[in-house]
Amino acid sequence: MNLHEYQARELLKAAGVPMFDGGVAGTPEEAEAIARKLGGTTVIKAQVHSGGRGKAGGVKLAKSPGEAREHAAAILGMTIKGLVVQKVLVVPAADIATEAYVGLIMDRASQGPVFMVSSAGGVDIEEVAARTPEKITRLAVDPVYGLLPHQAMGLAFALYQDYAQVKTAARIMQQLYRVFTANGCSLAEINPLVTTPTGEVLALDAKVSIDDNELDRRPDLAALRDDSAEAPSEVAAREAGLTFIKLDGNVGCVVNGAGLAMATMDLVKYYGGEPANFLDIGGSSNPDKVVNALRIITADPAVKAILFNIFGGITRTDDVANGIKTALEKFPVNVPIVVRLTGTNEAEAVKILQGIGMTALSDMDQAVEKVVGLVKEAA
Amino acid sequence: MSIFINKDTRLVVQGITGRDGSFHTKQMMEYGTQVVAGVTPGKGGQKFEGKVPVFNTVADAVTNAGADTAVIYVPPVGAAGAVMEAADAGIKLIVCITEGVPVMEMTRVMPYVSARGARLIGPNCPGLISPGQSKVGIIPGNICTAGRVGLVSRSGTLTYEVVNHLTKRGIGQSSCVGIGGDPIIGTNFIDCLSAFERDPDTDAVVMIGEIGGTDEQNAAQFVKEKMSKPVVGFIAGQTAPKGRRMGHAGAIISGSSGTAEEKMAAFADAGIAVMKRPIDVVELITAAVA
Repeated sequence: MNLHEYQARELLKAAGVPMFDGGVAGTPEEAEAIARKLGGTTVIKAQVHSGGRGKAGGVKLAKSPGEAREHAAAILGMTIKGLVVQKVLVVPAADIATEAYVGLIMDRASQGPVFMVSSAGGVDIEEVAARTPEKITRLAVDPVYGLLPHQAMGLAFALYQDYAQVKTAARIMQQLYRVFTANGCSLAEINPLVTTPTGEVLALDAKVSIDDNELDRRPDLAALRDDSAEAPSEVAAREAGLTFIKLDGNVGCVVNGAGLAMATMDLVKYYGGEPANFLDIGGSSNPDKVVNALRIITADPAVKAILFNIFGGITRTDDVANGIKTALEKFPVNVPIVVRLTGTNEAEAVKILQGIGMTALSDMDQAVEKVVGLVKEAA
Repeated sequence: MSIFINKDTRLVVQGITGRDGSFHTKQMMEYGTQVVAGVTPGKGGQKFEGKVPVFNTVADAVTNAGADTAVIYVPPVGAAGAVMEAADAGIKLIVCITEGVPVMEMTRVMPYVSARGARLIGPNCPGLISPGQSKVGIIPGNICTAGRVGLVSRSGTLTYEVVNHLTKRGIGQSSCVGIGGDPIIGTNFIDCLSAFERDPDTDAVVMIGEIGGTDEQNAAQFVKEKMSKPVVGFIAGQTAPKGRRMGHAGAIISGSSGTAEEKMAAFADAGIAVMKRPIDVVELITAAVA
């Protein structure tokens, strides 16, 4: 789960990371009031989960509170990459001497947190990593012992020569590490970490992602989720206990298991079609999940046909068949459905589907070819 | 033979009285797995299905029932603790089926398990099966048949799809291992590939990967440098968008790294025959062992 910049700032600030005061606004008037309180020139920043905010016109400089209100009015409600801006962050425009990058990620290979710092900050760190990897200092932290003092100092010395700045930066590394571990982060990043002309070290922008697996045991973190920052279909799916990701194609897919769901999308493409979504109904076989899955998929007007691909293990295929039956009784499905199912209770499932005039295929390739053919006919 | 489990495996089920634990324990017993004990704190002294003694702790199960392998079906909040309890009790193979274990907890579980000389498989995995001998986890026994092809996969149902194709064509398996879809897992592709390489009863290996991370690329390097047996590979997620978590916590393309293209290229470079579709496994494995 990605946090908004203003939420990430709050976590860092609570941990003691030095940063400019700022405020989050949902209306132009609130933005004006924050700008007045801050005084001087401010930056108005759209709060959406998307890169390229600046290019899209979602970040603007305001010389007066009045201008802050005008910019906020323009940015609030703006659509950036399909997401509507609901909030803006108002912060002072900083006078910057240097910009550095400090990031902490959960690294698969070393099975723990890894720091990445670079004196080339304020830019896309992936580009730095790809073009000039020598400009990035990496440090794997032993999760049992945490970030040791000499390690924090080493990272800080990679960024600054001035000893006062080094000490401040080392403290910021420790604070960032605590934010990371205390909140089950998969990413915590300060970009840029700046120095001002008077020599202060401050965090200007922050980015935090939380491991979704933390949310069940951490209601305080789960409460930070902003449903308006996601596609409505994905919110509905999550509430129904489904994993759903909308794609650009027209073949709706309902599959049990994430790997098989991906392989099904790939096979749709292989046979010349385009998948409309990734959807994993999970391992449990609850007919309601199937009903919800069909409701979500049929709400997408781009979908021209629906493919079920069920390999019954823990999932009972008769439960899936019952779900399809129930869904068709509850609401109209105006596109053809192709069902592939095999495994647990397959004979019962086939009988249930026959009862409502449907046939089931047992072969995945056959089913995908059929659904792709139906979509092409419909076009 | 087989890898990791065989007919002599003595299994303790952690969470044996839970909904998932009891269902799958019955399935494992029907398959012929030697389930020697169960653990549910507070239910020590009971008998599961009138046969399997239930203990309060894994240590009791090891002492009194001689368990050497553990399978974990406890909810996410208790899973990391269950793994560490098993390692502490001297269990050498720990299989964690539970999905949703916080990754931060896994960073502390891994060094704990390694320091005690135990192997963890998972979490968030379907477990493993050595057909005809033993199954530990949730892989349906009826789709497998004993034979000489090893299989290792990050997925559950996609594994079943591929195994089913093999079995339907009479191509049996030595062992099938689901290593799990999380970012931090106890046993990776290379661990399984090297075990299959050493196993005298495995002739060829099927490796099923997916987008996210670099495990498949590292495995390809291992195949190129260290393996004499032929390997056939598949990567799921060729049509997955970047930056989205595709169901499995670990299945995410970060920036431009971890794509299916990159992994398939690494496979091809290592001489691994790359399947375009799950069904291609039949043809490629047949050619590989011919």
